[in-house]
Amino acid sequence: MALIIAIFLPLIAALLCWLKPLRGIAWGITVFCLSLSFALAVVTCHQVLIKGRAIGLAGWFEVDGLGVLMVLLVGFVCTLAAVFAGGYMRHGSQGARRLWWFYCNYNLLVFALIVVPAFADPNLVWVGVELITLFAVLLVAFESTPSALEAAWKFSILTIMGAPISLLGFFVLYWAYRGSGGGTAETWQSLHAMAPAMSPKLLKLSFLLVFVGFGAKAGLVPMHTWLPDAHSQAPTPVCAVLSGVKTSVPLYVVLRLLSVILASPEARMGRWMVIIGLFSVGIAAFLLLQVRDYKRMFAYSTVEHMGIILTAAGFATHGSDYAAVAQMLNHSITKSLCFYAAGIVLLALGTRQIRDVHGLFRLSPFAGAALLLSALAIAGAPPFPIFLSEFSILLAGLRSGHNTAVAILAILIVVAFVAILLQVNSMVFGKPELHSTAEAIPLSCRVAVLVAALPVVVLGVFVPAPIHSLLQLAAQQLGGH
Amino acid sequence: MNGAQIPLAEGLNALMAGLILISAFGMVATRQVQGVMRFFILQSAFLAISAFLIGYSRSSIHLWALGAITIAAKVIAIPWVLKRTLPGDLYERREIDQVLNIPASLLLALLLAIAAEFLVGPLVAASTDPVVRVNLPIGLAGILIGAYSLIARREALPQLVGILAMENGAFFAGIALAPDLPLIAELAVAIDVVLIAVVIGVLTRDIKRVIGTTQAAGMTELREGPQPWH
Repeated sequence: MALIIAIFLPLIAALLCWLKPLRGIAWGITVFCLSLSFALAVVTCHQVLIKGRAIGLAGWFEVDGLGVLMVLLVGFVCTLAAVFAGGYMRHGSQGARRLWWFYCNYNLLVFALIVVPAFADPNLVWVGVELITLFAVLLVAFESTPSALEAAWKFSILTIMGAPISLLGFFVLYWAYRGSGGGTAETWQSLHAMAPAMSPKLLKLSFLLVFVGFGAKAGLVPMHTWLPDAHSQAPTPVCAVLSGVKTSVPLYVVLRLLSVILASPEARMGRWMVIIGLFSVGIAAFLLLQVRDYKRMFAYSTVEHMGIILTAAGFATHGSDYAAVAQMLNHSITKSLCFYAAGIVLLALGTRQIRDVHGLFRLSPFAGAALLLSALAIAGAPPFPIFLSEFSILLAGLRSGHNTAVAILAILIVVAFVAILLQVNSMVFGKPELHSTAEAIPLSCRVAVLVAALPVVVLGVFVPAPIHSLLQLAAQQLGGH
Repeated sequence: MNGAQIPLAEGLNALMAGLILISAFGMVATRQVQGVMRFFILQSAFLAISAFLIGYSRSSIHLWALGAITIAAKVIAIPWVLKRTLPGDLYERREIDQVLNIPASLLLALLLAIAAEFLVGPLVAASTDPVVRVNLPIGLAGILIGAYSLIARREALPQLVGILAMENGAFFAGIALAPDLPLIAELAVAIDVVLIAVVIGVLTRDIKRVIGTTQAAGMTELREGPQPWH
């Protein structure tokens, strides 16, 4: 029951924001409903930890370890981003008159994001992922500036183009499922059970089609070109959601399908996932070196992390699966912090160009500290959680004998590390330009940054037992041996 | 296998497959926005007829519903919504810019259709279902040709129609592959398709209002600088 309410609260919030008398308090409604939804997700997580899965409505909304992990991440990131939006949208947005519309749309996006990992039926998952794309497109275009519209257009064409391709993939999957004699309704669970009997050729074809369609949405190279545009032009709270969870949710679907493939003895995809993942990491790492806009920098780092997760899933051992889901968790919490930091820098200084920002520490110590902390965390410096998960991915790769891939991955991670820190170094330290001053940072933005920084600092040195067992459960769903 | 052995509905379905492919070629060969739109409406109608035919021969209520949804959404709602939301001059009889000229485009579309047959031909050869043998390759060809027109056209509305034509291809394959898909999934998919049209329509209108042109070739403000891979 908690799961159902957690899913539908954002939808109710969207409806309330749309009602005329309530439009003035749209922000309050959004924050209240989303934090309640997150609390209920935590309750659901508790049920999953006890029973292995939580069922909202049998055959419709069911979550296992992996599903509830995604629901939790979406709830956490979206709630904090909503808090952040309170101050940011009032000061930093040009479309301030239509704020209720922004929150309405934002809640719809959150609904779509939560519903995807909760759906039991893969065909409905397709619908959910398309809904995510559509609401995200509207939010990217929210500012209605020429560059925002250009970004939204590229985003929509590149990602919606994948929709029919992945739809065909799901049809083929259904056909293979029926062909194997699967009598009951198609769910992720029954797919797993029937996978050994399904035609490996059809499984591979369906995976390929879904991968092409959803890989574009997850920002994997070579379909990543929309990502830096969309993630730099959208209002910053939306960027946090887009980079933090909107890319990992389609990737979650791909990983789910990959685990179905793994359950079939003849279909093998791991090697290809490693190659495509490394390709994404490589392109992103070198683009990070020459990026000129700090929001775009964090967007490229998202491409890098999606590649790392895919590579880890491609190693397909239990250890690498654990590291992959840990990386997913760490990426979501850290990347959203990065965008909150970037957002307050943008609020304080009003420029997105890296070369126009100097001596941020002296201009605004809070913004400087937040940016430095988040950059260190996302680049993977110890003792932050990304360091731990990246290290365990490399270790798991070595254990499973992928020595070349691990070597390449390690080099690329170092390149990305150096690139991010060089860029941020030039912004944070040094002397500020003579006449530059910093605007005050709104309270709600400060609160969001502080709360978001908490897990980033803590999880690096101490992983609480419930989170550890949740990650274990989630890794089991990925089906590595 | 001679003609007399093929049941009427399946024979007519094969005819629809041919007509769907021909309307996909038509969309590639037309230079006017309105012409592209007309071919898309025709293609959607053929898709609906095909759904009715297979639904009749297999007495599947799902496919009847799918056919009705297709007519309601793609033949009526989407063209109407686009006509209402978009300014009239997007529909004027004017020529669409495209990367390749028409004969070369048609040749490429033909090659894509042949490639689709070769890609899935070995997979469906094992199938005992004659409808799958027709629909999967033609559906994939529809998707590929739609993707080509999406990439080659530099204009918002034809790009949107390209996406919808790709969707038609996926559905045409879906009729054969998943005839008993739960109705709720079919409904959700159909609503999704309408939403795609609405969102892109609204976006197109805003772009027209703010930037003044809907030619995708003119939108090059966002880029990283002089790099080989952009």
